[in-house]
Amino acid sequence: MAGRAAIIATGQTFHKSRRRDVNIVELIHEAVSACLQDAEMSPADLDAVLIGNMEHFEGVYNADLWAAAETGAYLKHAMKITTGGTTGASVAHAGYYHVASGMFNCVLCIGWEKQSDGDTTAGLIFQSDPLFERSNMAGAIGTFALAASEYMNKFGITEEQAARVAVKNRGNALNNPHAHLRRAVTVQDVLSSPMLASPIKLMDMCPTSDGACAIIVASEEVAKKKSPNRPAWFKALSTRHDQPFNSDLPLLINMRTLRDAAKDAYAQAGIVNPIKELDVAEFYEPCTFAELSWYEALGLCELGGGGKLMDSGATQMTGELPVNPSGGVISTNCIGATAMIRVAEAAIQLMGKGGARQVPGAKTALATGFGGSFWTEITILERD
Amino acid sequence: MKQNDAILISSQVLQVSYNYSAGPVVSKFLVSLRDQKKILGIKCDKCGIVYVPPRATCGKCFSEMKQWVELSGRGRIETFTSVHYPEPVQPRGGPFILAVIKLDGSDTGLTHLVGEAEEKDLTIGTKLEAVFQENRTGHILDIKYFRPCRD
Repeated sequence: MAGRAAIIATGQTFHKSRRRDVNIVELIHEAVSACLQDAEMSPADLDAVLIGNMEHFEGVYNADLWAAAETGAYLKHAMKITTGGTTGASVAHAGYYHVASGMFNCVLCIGWEKQSDGDTTAGLIFQSDPLFERSNMAGAIGTFALAASEYMNKFGITEEQAARVAVKNRGNALNNPHAHLRRAVTVQDVLSSPMLASPIKLMDMCPTSDGACAIIVASEEVAKKKSPNRPAWFKALSTRHDQPFNSDLPLLINMRTLRDAAKDAYAQAGIVNPIKELDVAEFYEPCTFAELSWYEALGLCELGGGGKLMDSGATQMTGELPVNPSGGVISTNCIGATAMIRVAEAAIQLMGKGGARQVPGAKTALATGFGGSFWTEITILERD
Repeated sequence: MKQNDAILISSQVLQVSYNYSAGPVVSKFLVSLRDQKKILGIKCDKCGIVYVPPRATCGKCFSEMKQWVELSGRGRIETFTSVHYPEPVQPRGGPFILAVIKLDGSDTGLTHLVGEAEEKDLTIGTKLEAVFQENRTGHILDIKYFRPCRD
């Protein structure tokens, strides 16, 4: 990898289903202000501002221009980056590339979404192929249901095992003041929640949230001299895109892009036994079944072993590798911010600032981003 | 959150028309559905992969694909779901069955509707056949749905 770069600060809104009390740019400003406060910096310390969200969700466009005042980008280098669900991770990665190139020293990265202002499914329609997918799909939930149904059938994964993911993550969300859904659920609650598209029930699925997240990526010099927080260094990054149609791939939920990106990121980081060498992970799990299958794709267990790994307790807060101490996407999903929240939460763990959700002594953290037709961004962070 | 009377909510409806060119490859596929009730796949000469829906370029090797393959309109369920929630943009109100169907002779799946069957009648591997609309317009829903094979 090129020059060293670290996340030195994070900021988030308190995510909710509807933030009608503020407009879009005011919502973004909340996360930016929290991040600058965490860094003990002002916009004068920044030399670039990168921002992203889901285009079309709110019926607005080019937030990089429009929110220049509220992001601190006024008369600065700025750009918008959007890659679907992975947007927040792509913006964070772009922050790394800006700094690692040696051309920038202190880059503010922002992901945001205000879903209550628009129509999420209508927005998603814009990413589907206009001739093949718009008229015979069932939004994101239908796609996940097709993928989950195949996964259950191939490996004997049960609805109870998937429900345990929701129980774990929603339980963890109680420890995260920023999480949107902060109410514990039981396996029975999940199993008896309304069927959306078999086998996915309401509580197997992520919510829609309003919220924003910001991080500051800094050069080694800035991180060592100016950061009030323990820096979370970028150790490995990997991005993979794949096929245009969800139906192109067998075993969709096991994500070829995730398997391939994990292999690449582990090679960069020198990781051979991820469940032992990683201390904490934040997944972008859009539904419960995805988290189980991604245990496998990320090499934490063998193919088809995701249900058993869940049952073993290894991914609980007290387990070998806690997954989603923040409560995950099942608890909070402000889409353009979601993948950045994964990276920010991983950084928070390494800074030791996780409060009730802190994994004691975490030194190496992994974050995944999920988007579009099942593509991937992986980030591995470490602390000194 | 408390409703604040000082916050104004501006409701707006934006209506826009779009006109997508299907391009030569997709046009041939859709015209074949419309005029001949035939489902075509496109084959990569280099990789041997048959793609449905067709596309101009093989993602695996970047070759331009030109070899058309006529498929029988029969295939098997790779995975399926019964959709219960309503969405204005969906093809119907629900419950309806959505499946990934691997057509005989194709290497990729096609997402489409299943009709004349209930969820309990289906499993992964169930053989299906295409049922076409009476009035076809050159649209993917010229295939009305797939139904379990009758022979």
